Amino acid sequence: MTTLAYLIPVALFLGALGLSGFLWALRSGQYEDLDGAAERILIEPDARDSEGRLSN
Amino acid sequence: MSCCAPGAEMALEVAEAASAASAAPSSDEIKLASRALDGGCRQTDLSVPSVHCAGCIQAIEAALAKLENIDSARVNLSTKRVSVRWRGEQVPPFFATLSRLGYQAHLFDPEIQEKDRTLSELIRAVAVAGFAAGNIMLLSVSVWSGAEGATRDLFHWLSALIAIPALAFAGGIYFRSAANALRHGRMNMDVPIVVGVSLAYVMSLYETINHGEHAYFDASVSLLFFLLIGRTLDHVMRERARTAVNGLSRLASRGSLVLRDDGKREYLPVAELVPGLRLLIAAGERIPVDGDIVSGYSDLDCSIVSGESAPKAVGAGAHVQAGTLNLTGPLTMLATAAAKDSFLAEMVRLMEAAEGGRSRYRRIADRVSALYAPVVHLAAFMTFLGWMIASGDWHRALTIAIAVLIITCPCALGLAVPIVQVVAARRLFEAGVMVKDGSAMERLAAIDAAVFDKTGTLTLGRPRLINASSIDPTMLAIAADMAAHSHHPFSRAIAGYAGYSGQPAVESVSEHPGFGVEAIAEGNTWRLGRRGWAGWKARTGGEGKLGGYGGTVLSRNGNIVACFAFEDALRQDAKATIRQLKDAGLSVDMLSGDTAKACGEVAKSLETESFVPALLPSGKVEWIEALTRAGHRVLMVGDGLNDTPALRAAHVSMAPATAADIGRQAADFVFLRESLLAVPLAVDVSRKAGRLIRQNIAIAIVYNAFAVPIAVLGHVTPLIAAIAMSASSLIVIANAMRLQATAKTVPEAAPARRRSDLIGTAHP
Repeated sequence: MTTLAYLIPVALFLGALGLSGFLWALRSGQYEDLDGAAERILIEPDARDSEGRLSN
Repeated sequence: MSCCAPGAEMALEVAEAASAASAAPSSDEIKLASRALDGGCRQTDLSVPSVHCAGCIQAIEAALAKLENIDSARVNLSTKRVSVRWRGEQVPPFFATLSRLGYQAHLFDPEIQEKDRTLSELIRAVAVAGFAAGNIMLLSVSVWSGAEGATRDLFHWLSALIAIPALAFAGGIYFRSAANALRHGRMNMDVPIVVGVSLAYVMSLYETINHGEHAYFDASVSLLFFLLIGRTLDHVMRERARTAVNGLSRLASRGSLVLRDDGKREYLPVAELVPGLRLLIAAGERIPVDGDIVSGYSDLDCSIVSGESAPKAVGAGAHVQAGTLNLTGPLTMLATAAAKDSFLAEMVRLMEAAEGGRSRYRRIADRVSALYAPVVHLAAFMTFLGWMIASGDWHRALTIAIAVLIITCPCALGLAVPIVQVVAARRLFEAGVMVKDGSAMERLAAIDAAVFDKTGTLTLGRPRLINASSIDPTMLAIAADMAAHSHHPFSRAIAGYAGYSGQPAVESVSEHPGFGVEAIAEGNTWRLGRRGWAGWKARTGGEGKLGGYGGTVLSRNGNIVACFAFEDALRQDAKATIRQLKDAGLSVDMLSGDTAKACGEVAKSLETESFVPALLPSGKVEWIEALTRAGHRVLMVGDGLNDTPALRAAHVSMAPATAADIGRQAADFVFLRESLLAVPLAVDVSRKAGRLIRQNIAIAIVYNAFAVPIAVLGHVTPLIAAIAMSASSLIVIANAMRLQATAKTVPEAAPARRRSDLIGTAHP
C-alpha cells in the first residue's frame, strides 16, 4: 500500500510529462511540415542555425 | 535522387495541372497578395507544387535567401508552399528565381491559408484522451485483477480525477456537436455517444462514492479515444484534399492595370474597379470585369466562360466578359461593370440560388442514429422498468439500465462510416482524385445519371491539328516554325509538328493579333492565319473582315499553300469513361454552351447520342433540375464558369484541376490527372465504400443484438464492456481496410502523362 503512495504519482507525473511534451511540440509548430522535417535531415547542416533556417 | 520517388508522381500531377497557369504575376499583383507583418516586413505565400525532396528545399531556400531584401524563405514540403518574408518597396524577383530553378510557382491567397484550428484541437483532444484512457485502463486492470477495499476505492477515485480533463476537453467536441444537433431538432451519432459517456461517468462516480465494485471510467474514456481517432483521421484526409485543391493556381485575376486620364498607370485590385475606368490588358492576362474594347486587336479564349472551344477574334468596339483570357495582343478596354456586377458575380448569384443535393442530403450516419438512438434509449428505459418491477431495487435497476446504455453506446457505429470514408478517400487521393466533402462519397454512390460539360471536361479545350498527314511536310514545317512565335491555341497545335529540317529559315516574324503570324523566308512573305488575311490574293467576299470565318491557312505571297483543320482534342480516355459509366448503369448527357456543330462532332467521336448545345448557364441548371424532378440523382462534371451553378445544383459534382476557381470551390470532387477515368473510378470506389458502410452498420447492429440481452439480464461487468466494445470497433476497422485490398484489384486508372522535361527540371 505504501509503495502505491509514491508509485502512482510517479506514473501519473511521467505520463503528464509526456503529454505536456507532445502539446508543446504541437504548439511550437513541429507538426506543421512532417514531410519537410523528414527531408531536411538530409540537408548539410553547416549553413544552418539551430532552427534549420539558412543563416545567411 | 531516390528520396524523390514517393510523392513525386503527385507533385507532377499538381504541376501539370498548374502548368495551365499564365505568365508570372506582375509585381503589383504580388504586392496585392502579400501580407504586411511587423517592422515593415511583408510575407508572400507561394504555392510550388513540384517541390518534393530535400534537394528542392535546399535549392529554393538557398536561392531565395541570396536575393536582396529577402529576410527569410521557408519551404513547407507537406503543403508544397513557400513563404517568403521580404522588405522594401521593390518586390524581389522570386518568380524569376524559382522558374530559373525549374519550379513553377503561383501566388497563394493569404485568406485561404489561415491555420487549421480544428485539426490542432482534434490532435490535442486525441492526446489528452489517449493519456487518460491509458492511465485509467492501467488502474482498471488492477481492479479487475483483484484489488479490493481501500485500494479499489483509491483507484476508482484516481480514475474519476483523470477522466475529468478527458471528458471536458476531448468530450467537449462531442458535447458541442450533440447540443448543436438537438438545438436544431435533429439527431446525429454524437447524441447517443454523449448520453452513454456522461451517464457512464455519473454512475461510476456514484458507485465510487458508495464504495461500489463496478466503475466504467475506462469505458467512457476509451470510447472517446477511439472515436476521436476516427474523427481526426477523417479530418486529416479531407484537409489534405483541400490543401491540394487550394494549391492549384488561381485563374481569376486579382487586379488590373488602370490607365488614368492623365496617362498615369496604377494597379488596382478587382474589387476597386468601377465602370468608366480604362484598363490595360496584356496578352496572357484574364479580363477582370465586363467591358468594351477601346483599342487593340486580339484573340480571346472564352472556353472557361461560355464553353466555346474556338478562340474569338476581337477588336475595338467588341464587348468582352470577365474571365476570358486575352491570348495574343494587348488590349485597352473600358470597364462597363464593377466586379460585383460582372459575369462572374452573376454566376455566383445563380450558384447560390441553385439549391443542390448537398443541402437536402442527410448523412447515412445521421439517418441511422435517428433510428438507433430512440431504440437503445427505449431499451434502457424498459430494462429499468423491468428490473424495478422484478426486484424493486431502484439502484440495481438503474445500474443495469445504464450498463445497457454503455454497451450499446455506438462506438462501432460511430466508426463505421468515417473509417470507411478515410480508406476510400485515401484510395482516391492516390489516384489523383480529391474528395472535399465527407458526404460526397455517399451522394456519389447513389447517382444514376451523369451530365458532362463539353469544353474543358470531355475535351481539353485545346485544338488539335487533324489533317497533318495531308499537308506537305515542308509547308507544315514552315508553319510550325512560324507558329512557335505565337501563343494562339491554333499556333500551339501547329508548333507541335516542328522538326523537319529542310525548310527555309523564317525571319522577321511578326504577330498580327486577331489575324495571324507573318514572316519572311528567302524573300517570300509567308502568312499563317485567317484565310481572308493570309490569302489576300484569293480573297472572297466578307472573309477579310476581322473575325470573319474562313479557316486557318498558310500562304506564300498571298497564295494559299496549305489549309489547316482543327478539332478540340478529346480528354484522355473520354470515350472509355463514357462507356464505363454506361456499363455501370448511368445515363450520360453532354451539356454545352458551344455550337451544335462542335457538340455533334464530339458526341460522334464519343459514341454518345444525347447532347444539348448552346445552353446558357441557367439552362444547364434547369436541365439538371428537370432530371432531379424526374427522380434522377445527377452527377455533374464541369470546369467552366458557366458550369458552376450547375455544379451546385447537381446531387454531386466533379471538376478537373484546370477548372475555374469558383468551379473548383463548388465541386465535391476535384481530379488532378488529365484522364477522365477518374470519374468512373470515383463512382466505383464510392459504391464499394457505400457497401462497406452498410456492412459495418450491420456488424454494429449484430454486435448489439448479442450484447444487449447480456446487458439486460444484468451480466455486464466493466471488464466485459471493455472487451466487447474494443472488439466491435476492431472488427469494423478491419472490415473498412478491405476496401484498400479490393481496390487494388480494380484496374488502375491510366497513370498521369509523364513529361520527362518536367521531371528533369524538378531535379536541379
